Amino acid sequence: MLRLAPALIIALLVLPVGAGLLMVLLPAFGYLPALGGHTASLAPWQMLFAQPGLERSVAISFASGLVSTALALMMVVLFLAASRGTWLDRSIRRLVSPLLAIPHAAIAFGFAFLIAPSGLVARLISPSLTGWERPPDALIVNDPLGLSLMAGLVLKEVPFLLLMSLAALPQLAPEKRLMLARSLGYSPTIAWLKTVLPSLYPLIRLPVYAVIAYATSVVDMALILGPTLPPTLSVSILGWFNDPDISHRFMASAAAVLQLGITLAALLCWWLLEQLIRTLTRGWLTDGSRQRGETALRLFGRSALLISSSMALAALIGLGLFSVAGFWRFPEVLPQMLTLDHWQRSGSMLASPLLTTALVGLISTTLATALVLATLENEHRQHLQPKRSLWLLYLPLLVPQIAFLFGLIVAAESVGIRPQLGLVIAGHLLFVLPYVYLSLAEAYRQLDPRWLQVARSLGVSRSAAFWRVRLPLLLAPLLTAFAVGLAISIGQYLPTQLLGAGRVTTVTTEAVALAAGSNRRLIGVWALVQAGLPLIGFMLALTLPRLLGAQHREHAS
Amino acid sequence: MTALSPATLRLEQIKIALAGRELLAVDATIAPGEVLTVMGPSGSGKSTLLAYIAGFLEREFSASGGVWLGEHNLLNLPAEQRGIGLLFQDPLLFPHLSVGGNLRFGLPRHSNDKHQVTHALEQIGLAGFAERDPATLSGGQKARVALMRLLLSKPRAVLLDEPFSKLDTALRQEMRSLVFSQLREAGLPALLVTHDHADADAAGGPIIELG
Amino acid sequence: MPTDLNPLRGTFSTALATTLSTAMLALALPAMANPDPSDWQNVVAEAEGQTVYWNAWGGDTRTNRYIEWVAEQMQAQFGIEVEHVKLDDTGSAVARVLAEKQAGNSDDGSIDLIWINGENFAAMRENDLLFGPFAEALPHFALTNAAENPEVVTDFTLPTEGYESPWGKAQITFYYDSAQTEAPPQDMPSLLDWAEENPGQFSYPRIPDFTGSTFLKQALIELTEQDEALYQPVSESDFEAVTEPLWAYLDALHPHLWRSGRTFPDSGPNLRTLMSDGELSLAFSFYPTDAAVAVMEYELPESVRSYVLAGGTLGNVHFVAIPYNSPHKAGAMVLADFLLSPQAQAEKQSLAMWGDRSVLDIAQLDAADQALFQQGERHPSELPADALSNTLPEPHPSWMTALQDAWLERYGVN
Repeated sequence: MLRLAPALIIALLVLPVGAGLLMVLLPAFGYLPALGGHTASLAPWQMLFAQPGLERSVAISFASGLVSTALALMMVVLFLAASRGTWLDRSIRRLVSPLLAIPHAAIAFGFAFLIAPSGLVARLISPSLTGWERPPDALIVNDPLGLSLMAGLVLKEVPFLLLMSLAALPQLAPEKRLMLARSLGYSPTIAWLKTVLPSLYPLIRLPVYAVIAYATSVVDMALILGPTLPPTLSVSILGWFNDPDISHRFMASAAAVLQLGITLAALLCWWLLEQLIRTLTRGWLTDGSRQRGETALRLFGRSALLISSSMALAALIGLGLFSVAGFWRFPEVLPQMLTLDHWQRSGSMLASPLLTTALVGLISTTLATALVLATLENEHRQHLQPKRSLWLLYLPLLVPQIAFLFGLIVAAESVGIRPQLGLVIAGHLLFVLPYVYLSLAEAYRQLDPRWLQVARSLGVSRSAAFWRVRLPLLLAPLLTAFAVGLAISIGQYLPTQLLGAGRVTTVTTEAVALAAGSNRRLIGVWALVQAGLPLIGFMLALTLPRLLGAQHREHAS
Repeated sequence: MTALSPATLRLEQIKIALAGRELLAVDATIAPGEVLTVMGPSGSGKSTLLAYIAGFLEREFSASGGVWLGEHNLLNLPAEQRGIGLLFQDPLLFPHLSVGGNLRFGLPRHSNDKHQVTHALEQIGLAGFAERDPATLSGGQKARVALMRLLLSKPRAVLLDEPFSKLDTALRQEMRSLVFSQLREAGLPALLVTHDHADADAAGGPIIELG
Repeated sequence: MPTDLNPLRGTFSTALATTLSTAMLALALPAMANPDPSDWQNVVAEAEGQTVYWNAWGGDTRTNRYIEWVAEQMQAQFGIEVEHVKLDDTGSAVARVLAEKQAGNSDDGSIDLIWINGENFAAMRENDLLFGPFAEALPHFALTNAAENPEVVTDFTLPTEGYESPWGKAQITFYYDSAQTEAPPQDMPSLLDWAEENPGQFSYPRIPDFTGSTFLKQALIELTEQDEALYQPVSESDFEAVTEPLWAYLDALHPHLWRSGRTFPDSGPNLRTLMSDGELSLAFSFYPTDAAVAVMEYELPESVRSYVLAGGTLGNVHFVAIPYNSPHKAGAMVLADFLLSPQAQAEKQSLAMWGDRSVLDIAQLDAADQALFQQGERHPSELPADALSNTLPEPHPSWMTALQDAWLERYGVN
């Protein structure tokens, strides 16, 4: 059974993505008998290219992916280089998991509340600094260039890249490298950039690619923060797929293929940038310069991440304020009155989506964790090298959701599976599984094999050793991986909305549905609930091992 | 640290404690070209002493005493400005740089590196190895590159943290003589920590026993 | 497991089926024959225990909470589970039923009831996507007194023919903060003057939002000389000529709108938020009570007042309809009938719930039912009762789509 686990994982990840892509590719060229398309044609493409504003949509999707990723990566790298051992380092390390756990939509809402002309920032500086008695008529949120979308993306990408880097760093023994470089006269930030970064980057390259793919095709964040006339390509695609005019479906399929092309182009462009930077910095690595730029880099490295983390926290505080606000005229910094009305009114409506969210999250994460454990245990028993098929795990993260989910529905329907809860869970599994694997694999492989050897030498069977030695020893990373999986599941918007035919409502789909109404008070309530759920997961993951440990010690005494 | 005249390394009344428990106390002067050996079992705080002198002491330790290089009080300087080179038991060649790149990494800025790297490789019997990946080198070759990288950075004193313990016996003898002769030739004060008496014998300088 | 699922058909299904099997049980069995609305007792009996998926625009929290209330009542009174599927655009539900029809799913559709009117109703009728006629057989339908109130059987000039059941009444209503604005504009030309004097303080929702589209129609009716053309299919008139004054007007208006017309609010409720933030000074809504409810919910200051334009404003009736492939038609009909009950209509009209006007002919109800609609004193921010008589009828639905397309063509890229 165990031997089948890796094949099962690959099948679970590759087949749906492949089937989904195929069922988007065919209608893109006019072929989908179920919708009356029986012959191949270029009509969908001609229709697509006649859409007003397509070039702009494409350009913004492409640019927001590259710009936000570049910015986030730069911030993470310089932070790691400049802040080792500082209080900032320690507090950010503690914050990074909770920040990662906050769903994109919640961050987007909070960020919009922060930067809007009538938002918290404008209120803080008005009218004292600005003289504004009314909100300025400035186009900040939904700006045509997508700048606020990019900024919002950066807020979410930074904790992800930071966590991935922190996970990869220990195997590079960065402290030794730094000690050596500093003994050779290099100042700390420069030393880190010259000796640790070149080895770190290859380890976080795949996560970086996943971020690019996500950012070029994001839907929920783009709905909230992105431009509107025209919107990003991914948002346009969603609209076209939902158009009552069936010919739009074929065009939407063509657009989904175009989206895939844009994501691939962005990845290619990034790869070329990688090569360029590698060539340009080759000389710098060994030119012997030891101090130049240290102060500026250190300043940027520390402040940029401090600012982005504070923004994310302030966004949450903003959500909290709005969720209890009574009437709140501009430019008052605080609401004239506070009220729990919004919470009370939402109370009854929260119950069912909360239940669904928990159900989908728990089932998909449990399945994912079981599959990942089986794969890792198999790898351990067969003494397999893990590297070869690792990129397949990233497939659902590298192929834009919007490019294959619609096709996946068609594929599922053609084998008689209608959109419903089961399909949503399967869809979440696609995205939860890679993250659970990423979170767990390193800890699993690094567990000292002698523990298991000792157990076996004491006459314990292989599977008993797995249950009685390995799992208890891995409890903490296991729970963290589970919390990560839950957080990923809770944050999923598009798979829930599409694979559930809108009939499976989670806190995330509800929160995004409220976006159109833009009742900030209610959005505040829902987004806070949405952000709170994964936080609870992480807190449990952190405290449970300690509680269990304490219990053990008590029993022992 | 621009002055290149040989200087004396003085360890003045150094005391290091962990959680209130004193680990070690050292008072010594190391003349240029001299190697002081500090011996002791593991856990005696040998490496902690090196970390203190080089500027990498972990914050849970408390330490007192002075570290002087010539007229300079090193404790006031960040690690990278102390002019103290380190040699560990692992050669720690950067895997992302070639052999030549590792040596250039040690060279001061604006030095005529092409010539110096070629010359340095000849000196350690690795002529023509500049473009090689450090991973393809043998243990002894790696150790020699690490030593040369250290010397090219023109340190004013050198700390050696059990630098020979990972080499096999035959190689160990060869490396000892290479390291100590190079240090003497450069006129650098050096502090060696080890638990191997043969290291101390080869160093030929005064010995302090800890623990 | 659904009857038509063959888990051995292809690797894809085998891969998924293992993980899905538990959740598959949630699927309902497809319905046998369509229930007959004239045999109401049978309908109610068949409906019990069904789950009705009601697809309704979910952009307004008031509608959502009313539907939540309806769901509780349906459970308590009829044993029917009502699930609100929140749509961001009713068009997506039309698209879904159409796609299901094309894929041959004619008895197990995912939608049981749609909140609908206008061009979406027209589109569904055109493609034979609706179940019916059923509306006039609903027991409570008689309370609408359709003979005297033809609007409950007419949708954007089209006769409903029993394929949708009336639910509520909307009319474009403007509102403003009387503490800041003294004389709000009373017609389209003076709205332009007002916007020029108060730049950045007025806007309308981005097309194709239905409130925004209704603003276009309102402006067109006032500005064009050829009103009769609007009540015929758009193909029968010269679209360019009829709409020319509208585009000239919008070209002049846009630079003075909020954000200089470079972006538009997402929806009607979004206008309300912008009023609340003080970004707009003048806004409009489809619900005459909108401003009053917003004041009660701390969204708007108490100095807000409502009015309709001097020449009247567009009004329409909104309906609920049942897709032809709904597996729960009986439940959907019982729900549609409940929505017409005096209890549900009064609850809907109350300011504390939604404030959407009733489609019942209240004067014809018996005294007890009439009492349900007594709400005490009018809210000062609410529209005066007499103002609502001035209702302009909706143009033919084809105008809506044509206007939307033309708008996006002109202003879709800023």
